[in-house]
Amino acid sequence: MDSIQSLIKNLADQHGRKRESLLPIMQAVVEQENYLSEYSMVEIAREVDIPAADVYGTATFYSFIETKPAGKYIIRICKTIACVMKGKNQVLFAIQDMLKIKLGETTPDKRFSLLESNCLGWCHKAPAMLINNEVYTELTPEKVREILSDYMRKNGQY
Amino acid sequence: MANSHQLKRVDFIFRNENDWEKVLSSTIKKKPNELINELISSELKGRGGAGFPTGLKWKYTSEEESDEKYIICNADEGEPGTFKDREILSKVPYKVLTAMAVCGYVTGATKGFIYLRGEYKFLEAELNKEIAEFEYYCNEINFDFKISIFMGSGAYICGEETALMESMEGRRGEPRNKPPFPTQVGYMGKPTVINNVETLVHTYTIFKYGAKKFYDLGVQYSRGTKLFSVSGDTPKPGIYELELGMSLQDFVYEFGDGDTKAVQVGGASGFLVPRKKFKDAAIGFKGKLTGISLPTGGSMMLFNSSRSMFNVLDNYLEFFREESCGQCTPCRVGCQQLLLGIKAVKRGDKPALYLDKLMRLTETMQLTAKCGLGQSVANSFSSIVENFREEMIY
Repeated sequence: MDSIQSLIKNLADQHGRKRESLLPIMQAVVEQENYLSEYSMVEIAREVDIPAADVYGTATFYSFIETKPAGKYIIRICKTIACVMKGKNQVLFAIQDMLKIKLGETTPDKRFSLLESNCLGWCHKAPAMLINNEVYTELTPEKVREILSDYMRKNGQY
Repeated sequence: MANSHQLKRVDFIFRNENDWEKVLSSTIKKKPNELINELISSELKGRGGAGFPTGLKWKYTSEEESDEKYIICNADEGEPGTFKDREILSKVPYKVLTAMAVCGYVTGATKGFIYLRGEYKFLEAELNKEIAEFEYYCNEINFDFKISIFMGSGAYICGEETALMESMEGRRGEPRNKPPFPTQVGYMGKPTVINNVETLVHTYTIFKYGAKKFYDLGVQYSRGTKLFSVSGDTPKPGIYELELGMSLQDFVYEFGDGDTKAVQVGGASGFLVPRKKFKDAAIGFKGKLTGISLPTGGSMMLFNSSRSMFNVLDNYLEFFREESCGQCTPCRVGCQQLLLGIKAVKRGDKPALYLDKLMRLTETMQLTAKCGLGQSVANSFSSIVENFREEMIY
C-alpha cells in the first residue's frame, strides 16, 4: 500500500465510507497533498465504493478542491468588485513580480501557487487574499511583499 | 418615502451576554408551540436575503413526522459585499449554537450542522472549541443535541439551501427542484430547518427578550434589526446593526463619502440604486406600503463618481458566469452571453440597441432559471443598464 492509499484508507476510517464523507475526505487529501490527483480520486472511489467519475464530477465542482498539481502555499487573491476598487491589481502585480509566476501557475520549487478567487468576505478590509487558510487584508504592494518574504524565509530561502 | 424612518443604530447581535446557559435551559422549559407562536408574532424573516418567515419554517418542520430531522446553520456567506456572518461566528458563536439547539427542541431534531464556507476555515478550530463547551453543558442538563461543522469548498451556489444539502451529501452543489421544500425533504431526505447565521441570532434575541422587543423595531413587513456589511467608497466600512426600514438617503448621509453615485443593495444579486432614487428607496422586505423597497442579505456597497458602472457590471457578470453551477441552460448560457454581450457593445461590435436584447435575456433567465442565482442576475443587470446606459455604451 503506497502513502496515498494508506492516507485515503485512514481518512475513510475516520469519516466513514458513505457518499456524505466524500467532501471531507477530498478536503483532507488536498490539505495533505496540496491537490487531488486522478490517482487519489480513483483510490477514494474504491474506498467509498462509488464510481470514480462521481468523485471526479464532485471534485471539479469545488474551486477549493485543486485537481492540478499545486504548491505548498496556495495564494488566492480576491478579484471581486470591492477588492478591485481598492487596488487588487497592484497587489497582484507585486505578487507576480516577486514570485515570477503568472495567475494559475506554480513556482518551480513547488512552494507557491497563485490563483484568483471570488469574494472572500473581507470587502470592508479590501483588498484581501488567502494563503492556504490564513487571511491577509488591507493589502498594499509593500505589505504583500513583506508577507511573502516571511513565507520565503520560513522555507529557508534567502 | 412612505414607511421608512431615520437611521437607528441598535446593539442586540453583538451584545456580549454570558448567560446563554440560562437562556437555553429556560427556553426549553416552554412548550414548542409557545416558542413557535412567539417567533411568528415577532415577524422575523430570514436574514440570508430571501426573507421567508422563520416561525413558519420551524412550524412546518415541527409538524413533519420523521424518525430523524436536522437543523442546518447556513454559514456559506458568499454574496459579494457580505461579511457579517463571519463576525457573528467569531464574536458571539454561543448565540448561534443556543438558537440551533432551541430549534432542535422545537422541531424534534437532535442533530445540527454548521455549513461553513471554505474561505472561513480559519474559524473552524475556535468554533469547534465552542461546540465542545456547548455540548458539555447540554449533557449536564440532559439535553440531547449535537452540532458538527461541515466545511464548504469554495462554491457560491452552495449558499442556496438545496445546493448546500447536495454538497453535504457529497455531490456537486446543484440546486434541487422545489417543492418539496427542505422543511419536508431536506438533508438526507429528512425534514430540515436551514437558517442563516444571523436569523438564528435574532431568534436568540427573541427568546431572551420576547417577541415584542423585536417587533417594535423596524417597520411594517420588515420588523427588527439587520446587520449591514458596508463597503466600497465609504469612510467607515464595516459591520453595523441598524433598524430595518431606513431610507437609502439617510444611509448615504451616514456612510457616503459625499460623492456617492450609486449604492448596490444586496450584493451582485441585488439592485443598484442611482443617486436620484435614494430618497424613494427604503431598505426592507417587499410590502404593500413601501415605495421602492429593497431586500438585502446585508450587503451595501457604495460607489462614488470615480467608478465606472460598466466595470462594476462586468465584474458581477464574471462572478455569475464562474459561480453558475451549470445545470440549467438559462443560467449557464445566459451568464456567458450577458458578459460577452456587454463587452461587444462596449467595443462597438454590437449596436447600442443590443442592450435591449440582453435585457430580454435577463427576463427569460428570471422566468426560467432553476434557482435564485440565475433568476437574480436580472436584478443587477437591469438596474445598472437602465440607470447607467450611457456608461455601458461609451
